Amino acid sequence: MSQAHFEAVLRLGDNALILGQRLSEWCGHSPFLEEDIAIANTALDHIGRARMLLSHAGELEGRGRSEDDLAYFRDEREFRNFLMVELPVGDFAFTLVRQFLLDVYHHELYARLKGSTDATLAGIAAKAVKECAYHVRRSGEWVLRLGDGTAESHARAQTALDELWGFSHELFASDAVDRAMADAKIAPELAIVYEHWRREVEATLSEATLQIPDDGWQATGGREGVHTEHMGHLLAELQVMQRTYPELEW
Amino acid sequence: MTSKHLPLWEVFVRSRRGLDHKHVGSLHAADPEQALQAARDTYTRRQEGVSLWIVRSSDIHASQADDEEAFFDPAEDKIYRHPTFYDIPDELKL
Repeated sequence: MSQAHFEAVLRLGDNALILGQRLSEWCGHSPFLEEDIAIANTALDHIGRARMLLSHAGELEGRGRSEDDLAYFRDEREFRNFLMVELPVGDFAFTLVRQFLLDVYHHELYARLKGSTDATLAGIAAKAVKECAYHVRRSGEWVLRLGDGTAESHARAQTALDELWGFSHELFASDAVDRAMADAKIAPELAIVYEHWRREVEATLSEATLQIPDDGWQATGGREGVHTEHMGHLLAELQVMQRTYPELEW
Repeated sequence: MTSKHLPLWEVFVRSRRGLDHKHVGSLHAADPEQALQAARDTYTRRQEGVSLWIVRSSDIHASQADDEEAFFDPAEDKIYRHPTFYDIPDELKL
């Protein structure tokens, strides 16, 4: 196994874990009961995906680290998730606009990871892509509803999009790990994922009467472990039980 | 929004192919797509179904409690409507 292979799967796992953790914060706080159940379902989809990916990453690394070791006993600088997934949930519009941008990304990405030369990853992707198809349908519907809804919902959705757009570039910023994975046909070329992502996101946002912001400001760093000020707080909540009572089980 | 709550919908789930859709409960949603998605997330997350129907609750016309005597009691003494009422001759091979 190569370090790049471990790194690539770890990134996927961290994105799923941190996004799942953020989404789960809505449990018990959503605007209405049906939505509360739906968001919790989505959170669990991501956490389930994180478990498979982090287990696989641990196997690739070959140092005996389990999914739990990777989730609970790494520090902030060792996490490889995008900055976008760690941002606080904000209001409902922020959560759903973020979800839409990421759902389309994941859908396009996992559809191609199904053909990965890494058979385990291909298997995980085959399962994940079905969830992704539903996630896109759900968050896409919400983006239309909020963007093309009332003046208030439109303003909130546009504000969310303006805040999030600068974080979207990191999803497609190809580095040495991505190139190595594309060369080994373990993961797709990010340029192709971007092309499809951009087309679908533009179509839905324009139908939702939302303006796509300029590409000027671009935030990166998550994949090098340089996170926002929000990440430490998130990890404190995620890891507190295992840090306090190591090896705790229930 | 003019009303305090979103419209109410009744949810029907078909648990397996070949079986009928069965009423499982209700939920609130703004329109059919949201109702279908909410039904999926609320009523099929433990593999309960392979097909979903949603119907606006206001589109369901129900018999009333007052109708009970007139509607259902007359069937009480019509035992000849049950196949078990009839003796089948032993010679008849079924």
